[in-house]
Amino acid sequence: MPAIETFQLEKSYTTGFWRKRRVAGLKPLTVAVEPGEVFGYLGPNGAGKTTTLKLLMGLIFPTGGSARILGMELSDRRMKSLIGFLPEQPYFYEYLTASELLEYYAQLSGVPGRERTRRVQEMLARVGMSQSARTQLRKLSKGMLQRVGIAQAILHDPKVVFFDEPMSGLDPLGRREVRDLIQNLKDEGRTVFFSTHILSDAEALCDRVAILHKGELRGVGAVEELTARTQSKVEILFHGLPAITLLSALGAECHATGETVRAVLAESQQDLALDALRREGARLISLTPVRATLEDYFIERLGERMDAAEVRR
Amino acid sequence: MSKRGTTTVVAALVLAASLAGAALTVRRLDHLRTGATAEEALYVPSPRILQRMSLGYTGLLADIYWTRAVQYFGTQHHLHSKQYKLLDPLLNIATTLDPHLLVAYEFGAIFLAQKPPEGAGDPDAAVRLVEHGVRENPSAWRLYYNLGFIQYFERHDYAAAADAFQRGSRVPGAYPWMRVMAAQMSQHAGDLQTARFLWSSLYQTTESNDIRVNAAKHLRALQVDEQVSVLEKLAAGFRERTGRWPASWAEMVAGGYLRGVPVDPTRKPYRLLPQGKVVVQVPEDFPFITQGLPGEEPSGRTQTESK
Amino acid sequence: MSVPIAHVARNTFREAVRDRVLYNLIFFALLLVGAALLFGQISIGIQRIVLINLGLTAISVFGVVIAIFIGIGLVSKEMEKKTLYTILSRPVRRWEFIVGKFGGLAWTLVVNTFLMAVGFFAALLLLAHHFERADGWLLVAIYFIILEFVVVTALALLFSTFSSPVLSAVMALALFVIGTFAEDLRAFAAMSHGATRLFATLAAYVVPNFASLNVISSVAHGQPIAASLILYNTVYSLLYAAAALCGAILVFEYRNLK
Repeated sequence: MPAIETFQLEKSYTTGFWRKRRVAGLKPLTVAVEPGEVFGYLGPNGAGKTTTLKLLMGLIFPTGGSARILGMELSDRRMKSLIGFLPEQPYFYEYLTASELLEYYAQLSGVPGRERTRRVQEMLARVGMSQSARTQLRKLSKGMLQRVGIAQAILHDPKVVFFDEPMSGLDPLGRREVRDLIQNLKDEGRTVFFSTHILSDAEALCDRVAILHKGELRGVGAVEELTARTQSKVEILFHGLPAITLLSALGAECHATGETVRAVLAESQQDLALDALRREGARLISLTPVRATLEDYFIERLGERMDAAEVRR
Repeated sequence: MSKRGTTTVVAALVLAASLAGAALTVRRLDHLRTGATAEEALYVPSPRILQRMSLGYTGLLADIYWTRAVQYFGTQHHLHSKQYKLLDPLLNIATTLDPHLLVAYEFGAIFLAQKPPEGAGDPDAAVRLVEHGVRENPSAWRLYYNLGFIQYFERHDYAAAADAFQRGSRVPGAYPWMRVMAAQMSQHAGDLQTARFLWSSLYQTTESNDIRVNAAKHLRALQVDEQVSVLEKLAAGFRERTGRWPASWAEMVAGGYLRGVPVDPTRKPYRLLPQGKVVVQVPEDFPFITQGLPGEEPSGRTQTESK
Repeated sequence: MSVPIAHVARNTFREAVRDRVLYNLIFFALLLVGAALLFGQISIGIQRIVLINLGLTAISVFGVVIAIFIGIGLVSKEMEKKTLYTILSRPVRRWEFIVGKFGGLAWTLVVNTFLMAVGFFAALLLLAHHFERADGWLLVAIYFIILEFVVVTALALLFSTFSSPVLSAVMALALFVIGTFAEDLRAFAAMSHGATRLFATLAAYVVPNFASLNVISSVAHGQPIAASLILYNTVYSLLYAAAALCGAILVFEYRNLK
């Protein structure tokens, strides 16, 4: 049984005062996430990632389709005690201290009284906030707030955790910490669903990703699978600026630094490129295969629709 | 049913029930508090303070107090009360807040001055009120008219009434009959005609429904007074001719004094009592009559006979 | 009582108590009570009356302002600032949240009123040097003021479920003013005809009835208050607040959060 599944989940809005127009926030989405997976939900800003999360959390209501988490309806109270959610740029009650806030959330999540204090301490330690536990939240920095946010998402031992742009606004150290945390969660056997527009993070952490653009699903699958489907590329380093014109005609991206040019182009054009260089009398420095990244796949897919083969597993 | 559905239904039901219950309770509260809001008028230390406290919205507050005054009077009148002690404070507050509330002065002129149960029976308070109105509204000739009314009908001070009508007639824009009334005062004070003139002019020109009703009552009373007077004279005439008092209307009809059984303005026949006294059947129908009331001696007759 | 409601209520109280706005308003109310003492010096003979009138009016007005601003602030703020995201993703039902918020706010106002009342009674003691039997009715007047707060808070909560903070505050204040003249509105309705009468009557009953909850001038003159009035006022306030709360629950149940 999938941990998260959606069936044609859809959200559209009517805008405009006189002539109402329908704007799609999320086009019918059908996707499934298996238990124990780290699932990345990717897309540019405004793609509909947060909309999807809000639908799953029951903060907004779908205009079509349905979804289940852990096999239960979205309004099911039992389900809600088994999930955790960290919204983007969260805001908390500014007059509470970190420990008071977590205590409150533990109460609401139904953590029994005796356990609460222990859990809260544990969580604070886990996210490195034990020192600032007694400080009012309005005095904390963004990074610290983010850590408190993560703590509240996991303190009740949820089976599925949802993060919306968990790295946003963090410095590299903070981002590293979050990545480690997500890895830990995976090791603990939890399912993690997180949205981001930073592809390198997704590449490093995720078992599978889905790509969303303008409310529509454009691709879903394991990272290696997706990158494998992308066109392989090669990187050619050479001296000889005149050759740029020919190589660009072959579809290469060229960047010149002084005399040295770096050209990246499809592997299939490799031989033609080398011929061009020879003709122009350019001096070859190196030829290296470039591993396809998720970014390539991403950019490729953004321009295309999803094809029928890429249906949920 | 989904959880959301249950919540919706329950909340909607409780909402409807609570609103209904609240409305019912409000009716209870209004019942408990009839007159309580008006009573608060007694606790206002002075209208001037209220004026300051109203933060400039004196017009609205004046309207509210005016509405309360009318409501108060209506309620008391309906209860056949003989007391209208809050009418003066309420009208005073209303006219202090808005000195140009002409209709309030007219209301006070009639209903503060008249004797209970048709009024508060305090002509002095009425005069004070209207004089205040005159000071604040020198070009409102109608206020002199109201003043004249009080002087004439409640204080029986014909000279003062004449003076009031005179002053009023000199205000530019005054209705021509003001001068006529001033003249009437000096020559025909106390006459039925004068009274009729005054009350019908009020009936035709007032804006207040309560006053119009009141004027109509006065006019009817005048009619009764006149009729009773005439009937008693006829009875006396009968007595002179025949040597005895008429025993019934039929006798007088037979004797050619009347064409038929005389009826009052409500179409009920007058009653002919021994010794030629005429009374109305239902005195309560005519609050202002001075003739035709049972238990009084007929007009113009000395008390020579008993019973 | 459902446990989440108690938790939300307790947290709401805590949040309100730590907000500095609250203290400023209480301070001003007490300042006014102090000023009343001074005004009294000017009008000899009615010092007590002036103190009670001004003092209780200050408590009432400031309390309503606090009720509106805290009520709207706390709920609208939550909607705007998304604290709700992490609350509603937990096993808390939306209606439980509303009821809990209301409970916490109402409790805040009771504590508030208590503090202001202490200041008021201290001023009274200062003036009169001892308490009289008639002063007992002052407690009833204060109880009625608390009932006013309960109704206003419920209304503020209702408005903040669908309206922006500023608009909600304006509407709540407007209803407070209109509600003070509710009896006059009903009198006006009774005297009018046709469509005006229909609308006026409808409005007169939907609008909160604050007229009967204001007994300040009566108690200033030492007038007793009928037990039946206390009973019906209590019943009314609770019913009206319940209606407003249900309205809030209904709106919130279907609201898509930004």
